[in-house]
Amino acid sequence: MADKTADLLIEIICEEIPAWMQARSAFDLARLFADALAAANLVHGQMHSFVAPRHLALYVEGVLAQQQDTISEKRGPRVDAPGQAINGFLKSTGLTREQLIAEKTPKGTFLFARTKMKGAATATLLPAMICDILANFPWPKSQRWGTNSFRWVRPMHRVNVLFGAASLEGALDMGGAKLPFTTVSRGHYFDAPVDLDLSGVGSANDYVALLRGAHVIVDQLERIDMIRQGAAELATRLGCDLKTKDANIAETAGLVEHPHLLVGTIEDRFMSLPPEVLQSSIETHQKYITLQAHDGSFSPYFVVVSNRLSDDERDAVILAGNQRVLRARLADAEFFWIEDGSIPLADFLPHLANVAFYERLGTLYDKSLRLEKLAADIAAAIPGADEIIAARAGLLAKADLATGMVSEFPELQGIMGGYYAKGAGEDAAAAEAIAVHYRPEGPDDSLPATAEGLAVALADKIDTLVGFFGVGARPTGSKDPFALRRAALGVIRILIEGNISLSLHGVLQNAAVYYGFTTIDDELLPFIRERLRVNLRDTGIAHDVVAAALGNGELDDICLLADRATALGNFLCSENGAGLVACWRRATSILKFEESKDKKAFASETDPSLFVNSAETELHAALEALPKASTDADLGAALISLGGMRAPIDRFFDEVVVNDDNPSIRSNRLGLLAMVREKMLGVADFSKLEG
Amino acid sequence: MFKTHLTTEGLDFQSIFLNLQRYWASRGATILQPYDMEVGAGTFHPATSLRALGPDHHWRAAYVQPSRRPTDGRFGENPNRLQHYYQFQTIFKPSPPNSKELYLDSLTAIGLDPAGHDIRFVEDDWESPTLGAWGLGWEVWCNGMEVSQFTYFQQVGGIECDPVPVELTYGLERLAMFIQGIDNVYDLDWDGVPADKGGKSYGDIFRRAEMEFSGWNFYHAETDMLLGHFRDAETECSRLLALETPLALPAYDQCMKASHLFNLLDARGVISVTERAAYIGRVRALAKACCEAWIGAVDARTTGKTADG
Repeated sequence: MADKTADLLIEIICEEIPAWMQARSAFDLARLFADALAAANLVHGQMHSFVAPRHLALYVEGVLAQQQDTISEKRGPRVDAPGQAINGFLKSTGLTREQLIAEKTPKGTFLFARTKMKGAATATLLPAMICDILANFPWPKSQRWGTNSFRWVRPMHRVNVLFGAASLEGALDMGGAKLPFTTVSRGHYFDAPVDLDLSGVGSANDYVALLRGAHVIVDQLERIDMIRQGAAELATRLGCDLKTKDANIAETAGLVEHPHLLVGTIEDRFMSLPPEVLQSSIETHQKYITLQAHDGSFSPYFVVVSNRLSDDERDAVILAGNQRVLRARLADAEFFWIEDGSIPLADFLPHLANVAFYERLGTLYDKSLRLEKLAADIAAAIPGADEIIAARAGLLAKADLATGMVSEFPELQGIMGGYYAKGAGEDAAAAEAIAVHYRPEGPDDSLPATAEGLAVALADKIDTLVGFFGVGARPTGSKDPFALRRAALGVIRILIEGNISLSLHGVLQNAAVYYGFTTIDDELLPFIRERLRVNLRDTGIAHDVVAAALGNGELDDICLLADRATALGNFLCSENGAGLVACWRRATSILKFEESKDKKAFASETDPSLFVNSAETELHAALEALPKASTDADLGAALISLGGMRAPIDRFFDEVVVNDDNPSIRSNRLGLLAMVREKMLGVADFSKLEG
Repeated sequence: MFKTHLTTEGLDFQSIFLNLQRYWASRGATILQPYDMEVGAGTFHPATSLRALGPDHHWRAAYVQPSRRPTDGRFGENPNRLQHYYQFQTIFKPSPPNSKELYLDSLTAIGLDPAGHDIRFVEDDWESPTLGAWGLGWEVWCNGMEVSQFTYFQQVGGIECDPVPVELTYGLERLAMFIQGIDNVYDLDWDGVPADKGGKSYGDIFRRAEMEFSGWNFYHAETDMLLGHFRDAETECSRLLALETPLALPAYDQCMKASHLFNLLDARGVISVTERAAYIGRVRALAKACCEAWIGAVDARTTGKTADG
């Protein structure tokens, strides 16, 4: 007979949840209930979670209505144990001697206490489970309200619970008042401000439909689709394409209970503003959806996502209001564009002397002077980079932070500098380098496309790392307030993907000198190497291969290290590579064993006059013929040469017994193996490779 | 210069704040008048900052507060920015369960019926570093324009608010511009009286002040004198708090003074970014000490619990 099950619906109604927290909260609600039900041994079916600005809900199908009965078993003392031990066991279990069961085990006959645990009705377990989850819900930020000590993302108004189509007795303790469980949902705040009886809801679809009837689209994905598809259709009708990215559409979807799309237009006079400025005002600040013409140029149309039902008269008012706000914003931007542009970018530099970079690290003006030098140093190491242009771009990279536009729209930093530099007649390559020097801003962001852009981007990040580490402001655990991990990753990506080979230590040293530091902080290079490890592992190279390729830390050319890791990874996948690793294992395990026996390390030297077998001679000749090992040489080529060692080593092991009775021959052979070990270690740290 | 724009009856600037007062009075608020000192926001009024902490369990107040932001001056030339403007401030403690509905009804009371618009509550967590205060809430958007700040206070002066007050702040000029449908603040119809009958626009009343104060704020204020005043206010505040029976309210006046002097110094450009943090820290220390004295004085005067606690 199938066990009885019932569906569970939990719905919390609260004041507007910040858009960016919504998706996560729906996920957390499902996760926490899945864990809690599992902990209570309550199996269940599919889970469906929903979130809208004022609704957070979870529908769980087929929750077991009653816990299974269980038997708890506890092993006691042996049957023939002293009375004291048995009495102690009786006391701890609360049973009598007659209730204990004697049972044979391979270790003898023991007494067992078996207690039958009656499973509880799920309905009796749910109230505490619900209260516990809500009281400990992992909101990124939460608040108190009224007279209660309970915390939630915003004031909570209802907890609706339906189990097996029936209401559930229970109340949430708010640390003051109690909020009893109800079964009454609520419609759209303005367009259907009515209570909705949940008691007829028999499926997740029923729930969604009930709310849809009251103009709340409670499924976040459905709202996103409505906006994306609706905007795409409008775009097609207007002869353009959707420009806004999915992440921003999702945020817009978090601001409405029922999206309704309206098309606005940007006044002609503003269309000459840089597209990034339009984007920032329209999308970032006003949260409208932007469109682009088929040629990629900014469209004068944008889409407003209204939270109200369609109504011609009201729509006209809403659209006019939104266009008025946008006009004021763009008029501000236009003012700054003209005002900032009337002064050469370089003239903003002195203002940076009033802006602190960070305590004990001077001002942004100081930083500009450092970047001028460091960008030139780095450009010298990048083929095709012009040092003079890089220096100029480095000097001016931060100047836009003193402009009106960037203080109003901080997200336009760099980009505005590029425009203003161009406007002031700076070299086009310098302007481009200034515009892109904050890149890459995350793992998915692209690198600067020009050599000077790479130089300035690298200089900015290295200066930041050297400075913050220099005053001890290193990232700790999960705390990285100055985004130093991101800066380090940026350095690594630029060096690797930009194929820039340079001594990182040298560049860091220069950066330190420009700060007036005597040395680089000891933890900085290891920190960058650690980020490199993570980066290489993320590209799919096994962690032991990375360790073997990176070696002992003397190498500081990131690009070379990454090439080594890739080359070693590829070599180990080849037949020669796999065979050579086997040779390494065999040679080093013999050496290890014999060295521990002799309590000494064998020097890597051998006397050819003591060779008995031609296999020894052949191996020795092959070793001697290897190019001199050098860790900064091309690892790929070194590995190919090393691969050639495989046959002579195999032959040596096939034909020669290392532990000859004659001690001089034995130690001469061990010396030969030590040479193999040394030569291999000279190429990569094979000892780091795992089975 | 005379006003050129005459609005519909009941939508003139003064009707908006008169109607807001009437509305909140009808919802049980104690209507107060502005605090008689320069402040940056209505939150500084002791009716909000100190009363958010105690002594009353119930506190409901509403008032207009002229607010000064020296760095926002634009010599009367920018249609949206002023160095002196009006906030309408409501504080309800404990925050009622129907806070949002009370707020939305207040919009109806000033001629902005939510039914005909798209009102949105967009996350905006509030923090006042000088007051050592923070809260969670929203900006309220009406057809894409921010018309109010809605905040559930969590701390003031570093002290937990218990019960929690809700603070509603309306930027009156911006709201009035929206309601009257105009793009330039100086065109606001102040009184609903035609120009030929002596009626005034916002510009008639304030443009000259904006020009002169912008000049003073940015160029002419004597910075050594301001620095001296700042130190005096700081010293006096600390002295009053160190008395055997601390004088929390007079001390708090000095704290507000210091805060405004800091804003003036900031506008004069004599405070570097690094120093800035230090000044803010000094004002916050005063605010914190005043709040503590305010709560402490309450405890000394009453025995144990508050009046209706």
